[in-house]
Amino acid sequence: MAPIIEVTHLVKEFGSVRAVDDLSFRVEEGTITGLLGPNGAGKTTTIQMLLDLITPTSGTIRILGKEYRSAREYILANLNFSSPYVSLPGNLKVHENLLTFGRLYGVLNLREQIDRLADFFEIREFMKKLTYNLSTGQLTRLNLTKALLNNPKLLLLDEPTASLDPDIADRTRQLLKRIQKERGVTILYTSHNMEEVEEICDKVIFIQRGRLKDEGTPEELVKKYGREDLNDVFLHIARNQTV
Amino acid sequence: MKWHRINALLIRHLYLYKRSFPRIMDIIYWPVMELLVWGFLSLYIDKLGIGGFNAVTVLLGAVIFWDFLNQSQKSVSISFLEEIWEKNLLNIFVTPLRISEFFVSTLLVGLVRLILVGIILATLSFLMYRFNLFELGFALIPFVLNLFLFGWALGLFANAIILRFGTSAQILAWGFLILVQPFSAVFYPVSALPSFLQGIAYLIPSTYVFEGMREVFATGTISSAHLWGAALANLIYLILMTTFFFRMFAYVKREGKLLKLEG
Ligand SMILES: Nc1ncnc2c1ncn2[C@@H]1O[C@H](COP(=O)(O)OP(=O)(O)O)[C@@H](O)[C@H]1O
Ligand SMILES: [Mg+2]
Repeated sequence: MAPIIEVTHLVKEFGSVRAVDDLSFRVEEGTITGLLGPNGAGKTTTIQMLLDLITPTSGTIRILGKEYRSAREYILANLNFSSPYVSLPGNLKVHENLLTFGRLYGVLNLREQIDRLADFFEIREFMKKLTYNLSTGQLTRLNLTKALLNNPKLLLLDEPTASLDPDIADRTRQLLKRIQKERGVTILYTSHNMEEVEEICDKVIFIQRGRLKDEGTPEELVKKYGREDLNDVFLHIARNQTV
Repeated sequence: MKWHRINALLIRHLYLYKRSFPRIMDIIYWPVMELLVWGFLSLYIDKLGIGGFNAVTVLLGAVIFWDFLNQSQKSVSISFLEEIWEKNLLNIFVTPLRISEFFVSTLLVGLVRLILVGIILATLSFLMYRFNLFELGFALIPFVLNLFLFGWALGLFANAIILRFGTSAQILAWGFLILVQPFSAVFYPVSALPSFLQGIAYLIPSTYVFEGMREVFATGTISSAHLWGAALANLIYLILMTTFFFRMFAYVKREGKLLKLEG
């Protein structure tokens, strides 16, 4: 089966900084893949190149078998994105935000779609509130609702649980799992929280200073490096020790 | 271009106007106050009886036209800033939306504002000063259209600079247009400018509109030179500014700055 994401020899230079350095990886359909690495490893830069918000210096990105150059509209119609670092307009009401993005994606039967997702994410009771009045947990659910409006095949998430308290972070993880199970959405997400990654990822990709360090299932990696858990593996790799 | 996406953003902006009284006031307050000042001044000048000069038509026409230009430029810039302030640029540009669709939607927001202000100012100036904007007849259409397009071109320019330098350059959204005013023969004819500035005046599309407006009020006809001048100058500006904006957008994508526009 063709991979949902196929990145080959991807490079991004900002002046003299090589944020992403000859990175190649694949994300297979229906999986949750974690893109891991310490701060400054190049995770956000990679995600933004996958979203066509940053132009790569060189290398190719194929999403759903296509490239942005020739199929921008097709790719973007079939993916979505969420991160606590971007927000939906606070001065719009929740339902106004959802209607706006639903229209931007050209969602058919938009109101029914919003109703369905509102039940799934339990956001119904604050649909009429202004978005800036929501709590962090409510915002997280709203962001995920927006991210599923267009029934994406691929979901890109940049540190989806960063800045969430443990309870809400856990609820978010359970939601991500359900999204993947019940809807078959492929998810690529960045994090530096190893327990979380170990819990929900089918596969992890370790990067450091823009380079691929290793990849595999969490169990494989733990075994390969002979460590207790993924956190140990992360420390081990991040501190640049050899196997 | 897809209409449903343009429409989505148009409605998104109208949600804000629907709810926000200060926003509506921002559209109405300044133009109305300006109209009052110039209206009473015009009445006074007319009372002084300076021969061969109808202050009410010349000045009020200019005030209203100037505001059309102003509304158009501001709508384009403020709709763009709105997305930056609300950290929403990323959200909308990871949808299939195209930049061109984004700008057509801001253009339509501008059109809505322009029509609203146009109705209010035309009514008020007629009731208070017996000034009838519609005396311009059919010339009104190309005049307003040209002001609208020039405002759009200027708004695109301001937006391109904001894209390049971030919100520290956002003052341009408000302050930029005033730079055009002295040289665009708004309240006085081009001939009132020193000769070295007259050449500059004719590089500005709105100059032809203001000259044309005075011509229609004075003679009842309009020379095609003014209409063609405005259209041609506008075409050049629109091509330049659109190209400039697209280049800045590509620059920002290369530099990874699309999400770092604040501050
Ligand atoms: N727009 C930019 N201009 C210059 N350098 C950048 C830019 N964005 C990121 N970087 C640099 O690229 C590297 C990778 O950053 P980033 O992708 O944000 O890492 P991560 O998300 O893994 O923490 C860092 O060294 C960062 O300073
Ligand atoms: Mg990051």
